[in-house]
Amino acid sequence: MQDYLYTENLAVGYNGRILIDDICLHLRRGEIMTLIGPNGSGKSTILRSIIRQLSPIRGTVYLDGRPMEGMAALEIARRLSVLMTDRVHPELMTCRDVAATGRYPYTGKLGLLTAADWAKVDEALEMVHGEDLAERDFSRISDGQRQRVLLARALCQEPEVLVLDEPTSFLDIRYKLELLSILKDMVRRRNLAVLMSLHELDLAQKVSDCVACVGGGAVTLCGPPEEIFTAASIRELYGAARGTYNPDFGCLELEPPAGPPQVFVIGGGGSGIPVYRRLQRQGVPFIAGVLHENDLDYPVAAALAAEVVSEAAFTPIGEEALQAARMRMDACARVLCPLAAFGPMNEKNRLLRTLAEKAGKLE
Amino acid sequence: MRQARTRCLGAFLLLLALLAALAVWNINAGSVSLSGGEILRILCGPPDSSTEYGIVRTLRLPRICAAVLLGGALSVSGFLLQTFFANPIAGPFVLGISSGAKLAVSLVMISLLSRGHTAGSGVLIGAAFAGAMASMGFILAVSQRVKRMSMLVVCGVMIGYICSAVTDFAVTFAQDSNIVDLHNWSMGSFSGIYWDSVAVMAAVVGVSMVLVFLLSKPMGAYQMGEVYARNMGVNIKAFRLALILLSSVLSACVTAFAGPISFVGIAVPHLVKSLFGTAKPILIIPACFLGGAVFCLFCDLIARTAFAPTEVSISSVTAVFGAPVVIYMMAFRREKSSL
Repeated sequence: MQDYLYTENLAVGYNGRILIDDICLHLRRGEIMTLIGPNGSGKSTILRSIIRQLSPIRGTVYLDGRPMEGMAALEIARRLSVLMTDRVHPELMTCRDVAATGRYPYTGKLGLLTAADWAKVDEALEMVHGEDLAERDFSRISDGQRQRVLLARALCQEPEVLVLDEPTSFLDIRYKLELLSILKDMVRRRNLAVLMSLHELDLAQKVSDCVACVGGGAVTLCGPPEEIFTAASIRELYGAARGTYNPDFGCLELEPPAGPPQVFVIGGGGSGIPVYRRLQRQGVPFIAGVLHENDLDYPVAAALAAEVVSEAAFTPIGEEALQAARMRMDACARVLCPLAAFGPMNEKNRLLRTLAEKAGKLE
Repeated sequence: MRQARTRCLGAFLLLLALLAALAVWNINAGSVSLSGGEILRILCGPPDSSTEYGIVRTLRLPRICAAVLLGGALSVSGFLLQTFFANPIAGPFVLGISSGAKLAVSLVMISLLSRGHTAGSGVLIGAAFAGAMASMGFILAVSQRVKRMSMLVVCGVMIGYICSAVTDFAVTFAQDSNIVDLHNWSMGSFSGIYWDSVAVMAAVVGVSMVLVFLLSKPMGAYQMGEVYARNMGVNIKAFRLALILLSSVLSACVTAFAGPISFVGIAVPHLVKSLFGTAKPILIIPACFLGGAVFCLFCDLIARTAFAPTEVSISSVTAVFGAPVVIYMMAFRREKSSL
């Protein structure tokens, strides 16, 4: 299938100064492409240049196979619609009125809507689950509802590509998920191409078909999320010297507390994570053990613990790991054991707990 | 939706009824009172040589027409500026646009009078437009640097004072008996307007209003903000230029014939939007015109009759009724941050 929206050697910036150079993005219909990157890296600048809010410094944006600068404003409006971060304060408008402004490219000289237009407006509102909002005053609804109504407005333009600039900012977690699932649904039902920027890496990972990393004046990486969301590439993109990115959970972990380890945590199977996090919050350096390398606790421990005593995946804990753990446990003043389930694989952890109990260190 | 439609229809009928009632009252009120039968005879009957006929036909009727046309023009001009600045506190008077027009007109008038010419309507409108555009240009330049509307209004008021000071200065030192007229005019008044002027203003206001009405579609989109308007296919540059030119032409036309008239441009659009419960340009543009006409007819009635035989300047009356509305808006608006 052909790329619906793509850029060729696009350079964008302000006042003739290039902020990001050589942007080559390719987006097909039915796909969601997400731009990620640190604040100020120029995600919004790229989006604004693509939707012609800013004039590109160099290069071309192609829409539906044609360069956009040669297209009439109305031709573009019927193919591409936007949801940007700019706050809108329309006076005395119901949500239906706001959504209806999206019919602009299809109405006549006076902008009067026909019954068919109104039907499309209602259909769009329904798609964003906003039927109940239709008669409400737009200036008196919540941020989440507002984003949905603006999304309905964008849909009323019957676009083939939708550009969204951080559509989930200011929304609480429930609305974030709701908005993105609506978006997914729209992409499927209307075969839309979606280009957006997101701050939330976990959401970007879940919703995108393709992710482009924007940082350091360039689009550094572009590819499917499973290729992009690795600890190394995220650290490089965000220059996150402090803390690490956890690709399994799609979230960032803080850096481990500094100093000699004081606590030994016997964990596994997810039981350790809340304990690791608590110790990290309290600033207590700790050692985690003995964890299998495929354990749920392992990535968090690796990020937060001073040291992790580990065993290979799917292997019963061996003598070597046990001895390493004992030695480190002896050096610690306290031992915590959130782990409650023992079996053939982690039998040695039970032994560790017994030893700690005998030494009077177990809390 | 049905409710909204009924409300708009009702509001239009209300405004039309008020307009008709005030027009009749205006014909009737004054030093010579007339009965309904007489008015009907004068309006519909054959010409006669009675004093009443002369008063109604040559003084009161053109004055009413002027109040209707200019009041409507002024409030539409205010609505255009409010759309442009995306702020309801904008208006031709507070932004100093009327004062700029007034200065230009008075300078042209005085220089022509001193050479023994009288200025024609076209010249006056041209001068007023030039003055309005000069003030407008200044305000636009300031608005590039100052984003807060309150500061912009302060700048506008300052421009207003400067222009008024220069105008007063010029009027004071000009030597001509016609200066009495000029003085009346510079305070704002619908008096001394005859049919020939009405014809000119009807042409200017009529053409401008048609153009404004044709802008109602992009105006509706522009109310959603520049980003969305552009995305919907509005040519922002051309649209903004059209807004500026039309609002300047309308307020210049008012100033050329009636002098500066305060607060109509802010108060009337606000009242009309509240009355109609919407800000849709396609409804509000004609409604503003009607509302401005009603408001100015009412104020002119008071200006003429309240302290008869002395006439008060129209601007004083509009200020008495308009300024409280503006204060109310500033104090009770929900999004105060944007002021």
